[in-house]
This record gives sequence, C-alpha cells and structure tokens, in this order.
Amino acid sequence: MNKRTKQKFAFFFFRLFSIIIVGILIAILGFIAVNGLKVINWEFLSGMPKEGMTEGGIFPAIVGTCYLIIGSLIFAVPLGVMAAIYTVEYAGNGKVVRFIRMMTNNLASIPSIVFGLFGMALFVKGLGFGDSIIAGSLTLGLLTLPIIIRTSEEALKAVPESYRTGSYALGATKLQTIRKVVFPCALPNILTGIILSISRVSGETAPILFTVAAYFLPSLPDSIFSQAMALPYHLYVLATSGTDIEASRPMAYGTALVLVVIVLFFNLTATLLRQRLSKNMKNK
Amino acid sequence: MLKKFSNFTIKSLLIFSGAFAGITILFISIFLFKEGLGFFKKPAVEEGYSLFVNSKNKVEDFDSKKIKEIFDHEITNWSELGGEDVEILLFRMDNIFDYYSDEELGEEYEFLAEKLAEVIKAEEGIIAFVPHQYSPAEYSGVKELSVPNITPSDFFTGKDWLPTATPSPLFGTLPMLLGTLLVSLVAILFALPLGLGVAIYLSELAPEGIRKFLKPIIELLAGIPSVVYGFFGLVVLAPLVQKTFNLPVGETALTGSLILAIMALPTIISIAEDAMRNTPRAMKEASLALGATHWQTIYRVIIPYSKSGISAAVVLGIGRAIGETMAVLMVTGNAALMPTSLFDPVRTIPATIAAELGEAPSGGAHYQALFLLGAILFIITLFISIAAEMISKKKNYKDM
Repeated sequence: MNKRTKQKFAFFFFRLFSIIIVGILIAILGFIAVNGLKVINWEFLSGMPKEGMTEGGIFPAIVGTCYLIIGSLIFAVPLGVMAAIYTVEYAGNGKVVRFIRMMTNNLASIPSIVFGLFGMALFVKGLGFGDSIIAGSLTLGLLTLPIIIRTSEEALKAVPESYRTGSYALGATKLQTIRKVVFPCALPNILTGIILSISRVSGETAPILFTVAAYFLPSLPDSIFSQAMALPYHLYVLATSGTDIEASRPMAYGTALVLVVIVLFFNLTATLLRQRLSKNMKNK
Repeated sequence: MLKKFSNFTIKSLLIFSGAFAGITILFISIFLFKEGLGFFKKPAVEEGYSLFVNSKNKVEDFDSKKIKEIFDHEITNWSELGGEDVEILLFRMDNIFDYYSDEELGEEYEFLAEKLAEVIKAEEGIIAFVPHQYSPAEYSGVKELSVPNITPSDFFTGKDWLPTATPSPLFGTLPMLLGTLLVSLVAILFALPLGLGVAIYLSELAPEGIRKFLKPIIELLAGIPSVVYGFFGLVVLAPLVQKTFNLPVGETALTGSLILAIMALPTIISIAEDAMRNTPRAMKEASLALGATHWQTIYRVIIPYSKSGISAAVVLGIGRAIGETMAVLMVTGNAALMPTSLFDPVRTIPATIAAELGEAPSGGAHYQALFLLGAILFIITLFISIAAEMISKKKNYKDM
C-alpha cells in the first residue's frame, strides 16, 4: 500500500470514530428524551409518587436533590476556594503546593462508592447524624471539593500579576489585595467550578446510597436531620427494584430525562461560560 | 492588635483549607481500615454461636470451608476429616425438640444447656450449632470446637462469596477481584482504539469549527450521571447483547464492559489529546520536511512523543472503570461467581458494596468485609492515580 492510501485509510477511521462518539451521545440522549417526554407534564414534576411508584410524580426527589446541592455547596465552596487562595497566593511554589496538589488529585480519583462508605462510617455512624440530608451533603461536598479547588486555583492564577503589584503599590495589604482585587477578578471563573460541581452533585448515586437516600417518603423532609429522596437514587430504585418494574418504566424514563436535563444544563453552562471567559481574557 | 489577630485567624483558616484534601484522604483511610480490619479477628462461624462435638471426637482441623461442607451434607462421615468412621449428625437448635419436650426444657429454657449436653454426650457423630447463651461447654462429654479466625488467605483467594450462609459464612473475594479486573480491562480494550482515534482527529485533523463542536460533546458524555448510563445499559444494551449473542440473559460482563468503555472514553480522549497537542511544532515540521506524510508524522513522531500522556490516559481510564459503581451494578447481573467467559454475569467490588451494605448488620463480619473491600478499592485507585501522575511527568525523548 502506498503511503498516501495508508494515510487516507487511517484518517477515514479517525473521522469515523469521531462520528461514532457523537452517535453514542445522540443515541443515549435521544432514547431518554423520546421516552421521557411522553410522561413529563406538570403533574409529574409537582406530584408525589403514587400506586407503588407506578404513577404520580417525582416532586420529593427533585426537592431532595435541591437540598443536597445547597448543602454540599455551603460546605465545599468556602473550603475549596480558601484552599485555592492558600495554594496560589500564600504557599508559593514549593513542596507544600506540590503535596496539596497531589492530594487534591488523589481525592478526585477516589471512587464515589468509597466516599459513600466513608460518609456512612464518619457522618452517619461516627458523628451520629443517621441517614440524613446533612450526612449526604457533607459526603457529596467532599466529593466535589477537588473540582472547586482546581477551578478556583486556575481562576486565581489567571489574574494578571500586574493587578497584584498595582494594588501593593497603592499601599494595600496582601489580604486587602486578595479581597478587593484578586478575588473579584477571579469570581466568574470560580463560578464555573461551582456550576460544574452542582452538575456532579445532582447526578451522583453511590455516595448517597447509605448516607441519605430513602426509597420512598410520604412527605417532604422537614429538617437537615431527616432522610430525603433524590433524583439519581429514585431512578435506580425505579429501574431495578420497584414493586412492579414494567409498570414503573415510564416513570423511570421521565426521571432519567429530568435528571439528565438538570445535570447537562449545569454542565453545559459551565463549559460555555468557561469558553466565553477565556475569550474575554485573551481580548484583554 | 485586633488586626493582627484577625490576620492570623484568616491565615490559619487558609492553611487549614489547603491541608483539607490531605486530611480527608487520611481520614478516609483511617475510617475504612478501622471498620474493616476487625474482620480478621472474627471467627469463621456466625457471630454469637459456637460449635460443639462429642468429647470422643478426635477431629481437630476445622476451617470455615469444611464447616460449610459439613452443614451442606457434602461431608457426611467423620472419617473424611480424619476421625472415626461415624456418620455426621447435624444438630441445630430446633432439633432439640426431637429429643425433649417444652416442659423438660423448662419455662425459661433454664435446662436447655444441660439437655444439650446430654444429647451431645449420647450421640458420637454429632456436631451442634448453638448460641453462646445456651452453651453446654461446662458439662462433661462435650467439646467446644475451637474455630479459627478468618484468615487473609481465605479472604483473598477464597472462591465462594456467601456472606449470609449459616453456620459458616464464606467471604472469598477472588470472584469479585477477577470480575472487576475482567470488566475494566475489556472496557479499556474497547475504549482505547476509539479514544485514541478521536484524540488524534481532535488534535491533528479537525478544523477549528468541528473541534469546538466535538469538545463540548465529549464533556457532555463525561457529565451524564452513571445511573443514567446504567439505566440505558439495562433497557437498551442488555437486550441487544442478549439477542446478538443468543444468551439466556443480557446482563453480562460484556454489557458492563461496553458501558464502562463509553464512560471511560472522555477521560482517555481529553488526556491523550492534551498530550498530543503538546508535541513541539518544530518536531512535526521537521518530520514533514523530510517528506513524511501527515499520518507517518502522527505515528512516528507525535504518538511516540506523547507516549507518557497516552499511558497516563489509559491508566486513569482503568481507574475510572474499576471504581465505577452504579452502571456496573445495573448491567452485569451481579452473580458472585468465578468469571469464566465474557458472556456470564459477573460482579465487581464496588457493585458488591453498593448492593449489600444496606443489608449487612452494622459491625458484623459481613459489614466489615464490605468495608475491607472498600479499603482495597481505595488503595487500588490511589495507587493508580499516583502511577498516572508519575507516568505523565516522565518525558521520554530518549526512547524515541
């Protein structure tokens, strides 16, 4: 075979592979959208599950997921952003930073089921929270911590050094510089990390299996120490262990669609926001 | 003074936050091992129970596997265990009523231990499974079997996972270890050519417009929750696999591998693409100037140059596949058997934890075994993450 033909042959496959990837995404999303749209209506979004979860809605699961998002952000955002401020603004570029970065990477690589086990051992049993929104939020918060640390680090690093020296030259202290100059500049980029972690929190199942998730609750949670339903766990239950799996299939499609829409909406927002911001940065 | 103090507070707060990731990892390892390590101190029979035999019985060497075989009627004569030629007589608590009436045992079962001792003394071939509460150990003619603790070799090389069997649950994790490896490695086998191809396309061939379109697509693929992948695998892929290969069930190792391959793709693509984009322009241009075609340049210059990045991508892809829980739990069928082919149901470590922890009584041997599995999983993924980091740091110009 001539080397040009070889090249044509190889490149044909790479193009084909890329089309396959797009095809896979379309197949998954299309399948869920087509089947899910049939059941989605106002009653499905705002109603309680009925008839052994074969009818009714998924309102408590949506509410539970919202609580978990808020709870985990309250915990992870301040901690993650402060960690990033420390590594970028204070720690310099030595061994400490390398160590922190390595630990953050390792934390990101730990499987979510291990977070679930840990959350159960520490928050549910050790601190005695029981299966509760707070135990689930803390577990999910730990899971999203690396995302927030990494994006915040990058956001802070992207702030030009001249801003800092300019601020020092005007007599500002380091803390004032960080608070009044560096942080506001980095905020939009930090936001993309937060949005990304919302997307992650709303989709995770394994960490909440043993820390918060309830199979079915007749009423909405009334405190941070009560159990809650959540969208991803609800989908798992509907798909595998409902009272009547065939009859609850439509509900499962609907739940999957709502979940995918929420997760991908935040995911896409973060991606587009980041693209936009990096373009603005270049124009400066 | 006040200002100094607040500065100090803020700074310590920042240092604490910086150290928090490390602290968390430390805590995770402490807690997983704290819950899991007690497992090897557990006796090989169900907790709260003991086994008793007639004192004439000479058999000494027991382990959980043998006890299970006795109670499953697979061993029926003591001679098979090196004792006298006597039939084994199984005795559980309910059997006491074959010998004595309710009245004889007393209103509060206060004579139960004594009567048990009489039965054991009378029957030479007996093996009795009795709760501690009614232990007849103090009476003559009765011998309590000393049951050894569960050993690490039982745990890592045992082929049977029967955590709820009585009187002797079995905790062999080999089927799960092999199942996890099988599913993950096959997944990478599928994902690697596809992922590498797309990475080459993105970094070398794609026009800017298509690149801008493809990148978010890949991020979306990474963003889809694993439970949704599992659901898709369950309702679409499993029936498809079942029909294509004409199998009795669609939930097989292959189905799991296919889903995991899709899930590992974004990791592989983005890391491999980054590595390839980092190839210095001068090297590419030198190759082209020597008359090499674009494709020759790619596989003779760019791929060797980005070898370490590609290896890191593979390693991280495997890491992602090994730790994946929900999707695998939903599509692999979850049979804790030794995997023999890709078309059999298998069960992975994370899926086992997710499926069983809810039902395992807290603090029991089963619960501890699951935590130990979690600790193993944690160590494997930590090791993989560190390995990937070391590989991607290594630059190998010399190997080219």
